[in-house]
Amino acid sequence: MTNWSVILNIAKTHLITKMKSTVTASLGVTFGIGAYITLVSFMTGLNEMLDDLVLNQTPHIHLYSEIEPTLNQPVSRYQAYEDAFNIVHSVKPKLSQTKIHNALPILNYLNTDENVLGATPELRAQIFYLSGSLELGGNLVGVDIMESVRLYNMRDYIVEGTPEALKNTENGILLGAGLANKMSLSIGDRVQISTVKGDIFPLKIVGIYQSGIAEIDDIQSFANLNTVQRILGEPQNYITDINIKLYNLQSAPTMARSLEKQFAVKATDINEANAQFETGSNIRNLITYAVSITLLIVAGFGIYNILNMLIYEKMKDIAILRATGFSGKDVQLVFMSQAMIIGAVGGIFGLIIGYGLSRLIDNIAFETQALPTITTYPINYNLGYYLIGITFALVSTFIAGYLPSNKAKHIDPVRIIRGT
Amino acid sequence: MEGDNFVLETKNINKYFRKPVDFHVLKDISISIKKGEFASIMGKSGSGKSTLLYILSTMDRDYTGALYLNNELVTGKSQKELSRIRNKHIGFVFQFHYLLSEFSVLENVMLPAKKLAEKSYIQIKKDALEKLEMLHIGHLAKQRASRISGGEKQRVAIARALINNPTILMGDEPTGNLDSHNSENVFSIFKQLKEEVGLSLLVVTHDEDFAKRTDRIIQMEDGRIVKQ
Ligand SMILES: Nc1ncnc2c1ncn2[C@@H]1O[C@H](COP(=O)(O)OP(=O)(O)O)[C@@H](O)[C@H]1O
Ligand SMILES: [Mg+2]
Repeated sequence: MTNWSVILNIAKTHLITKMKSTVTASLGVTFGIGAYITLVSFMTGLNEMLDDLVLNQTPHIHLYSEIEPTLNQPVSRYQAYEDAFNIVHSVKPKLSQTKIHNALPILNYLNTDENVLGATPELRAQIFYLSGSLELGGNLVGVDIMESVRLYNMRDYIVEGTPEALKNTENGILLGAGLANKMSLSIGDRVQISTVKGDIFPLKIVGIYQSGIAEIDDIQSFANLNTVQRILGEPQNYITDINIKLYNLQSAPTMARSLEKQFAVKATDINEANAQFETGSNIRNLITYAVSITLLIVAGFGIYNILNMLIYEKMKDIAILRATGFSGKDVQLVFMSQAMIIGAVGGIFGLIIGYGLSRLIDNIAFETQALPTITTYPINYNLGYYLIGITFALVSTFIAGYLPSNKAKHIDPVRIIRGT
Repeated sequence: MEGDNFVLETKNINKYFRKPVDFHVLKDISISIKKGEFASIMGKSGSGKSTLLYILSTMDRDYTGALYLNNELVTGKSQKELSRIRNKHIGFVFQFHYLLSEFSVLENVMLPAKKLAEKSYIQIKKDALEKLEMLHIGHLAKQRASRISGGEKQRVAIARALINNPTILMGDEPTGNLDSHNSENVFSIFKQLKEEVGLSLLVVTHDEDFAKRTDRIIQMEDGRIVKQ
């Protein structure tokens, strides 16, 4: 039977009379945990922001039809030359359209699939923006704007105007921010565009689009799908790309492969597109944990040292306790409690300091052209990290306290009393 | 057998030190202390008195032979059980008045009773004050243990040894470090405890006068009992 009130009372007295060591040891833990909370909140905040930036804008699967040379050239099908070694010079791609064959049935099929959050059609057209005598090359993307808002956070990237305005305007355009700058155009103005064939159309600017990626904003604009179809003089089923968002990102690769087979289209999935991106997240996490664990190990050594010193100083006390009926385990618990109190107090202060620093970072202005929706540094307040933090503190102090306290447990009181 | 009223009894206790050289420090020690008896152990320095007392107080388990406390064999019990026995049945007073220097006098006295946990905090405090009062140091209760004189410390140590009303009080030269006035004081406390409470005492001493006034002198020489 362990008498906790006595043991904690002794532990408390030791800690209070050795206030300086106690504070030093606790501060070690506080710094470790404080750094962990700050780093992890900031780093995962960054990760999430970049996720939002890239992943939310990116379809999980992208379907398109690729222009490529036929793998089996006609000569290889000719039986007379079956055993011959045929060489074809200057292979040209087959004359075909960039549109997806049977796009509307595919869309219907996808939108009834239970794994699919949404599939949207897209028509990408090469165009020229006309500004006086200047022709700027670029592209115009015909989209279902409200679906893009729902699936790809499009609204965040419309820095002026609204997606509803585009939806309700027959010949509306969401002009790329870079283009608007170059041509000194703003909302309400008209912009002339010309197709590759040379037809010229005036479009009304109902909004400005800014993705944060300059190469895109300098060339790309959005319009309603049927507007673009009309500009190109193509029918309702003329669609060049289908963007699919799934409920579960993880199933993207397998689904992409099966769609490729099923519909004879080209399909890329998000994992191919974002392999590098994942690496970035992983490295940020690695840094966070490496730094925090290093700090905690340093703090752990601090506790280990201080406890060792304390036990050395308290040899006589240990002998008295043992002589008056405290067991070796009681003595161990006295020192173990001290370690755990240091860990708990240091850990809690670490959480508080970590939270404070996170708040501070959260309020530092961070404005960049590249990220229109971000105004301050991103911080992820996740209660889970605070739980991990305090667990970290307790586990590391437990380990640091165990060895010295175990030594105290096995001190022979007779040797101390004899004075040898 | 008349053994029924022995509080402490040993049978053929032998102990060896292996380091630095093989050394037979206790040789066939067989003694017994009756209930209410005040016995003293005398012997030259190095004759093994302290070593014997550490065995009798159950702190040292490394010996052969048998040790009985209240007619119960304690030899071979686990460290944990022995701690409990020490806590409840044995009061120990050292030559150097070992107190926890960071605690108050009162807390020092209360500690073994808190460990025993048979009484409430209030009751323990009352008992502790009573013991201090009995030893005429009640006024020191609130003092830090490091702030009182040597003679007072030894009396605090005695109060602490008595707090759980032990079966036997052992002392290893408890007056060895005190002047004659304080020695006399400690002796009369022991005498009083024997007479008023019927406490059994076993005290190692160098002081011939002290020993002569006890009920019985156990004489040791080179690890052997030569007279008891
Ligand atoms: N830990 C030890 N290792 C080896 N020899 C010891 C140890 N402790 C005591 N001794 C020796 O045992 C003998 C008895 O010591 P002790 O019991 O302290 O004698 P006393 O208390 O009668 O003066 C002495 O010769 C002492 O040097
Ligand atoms: Mg001695």
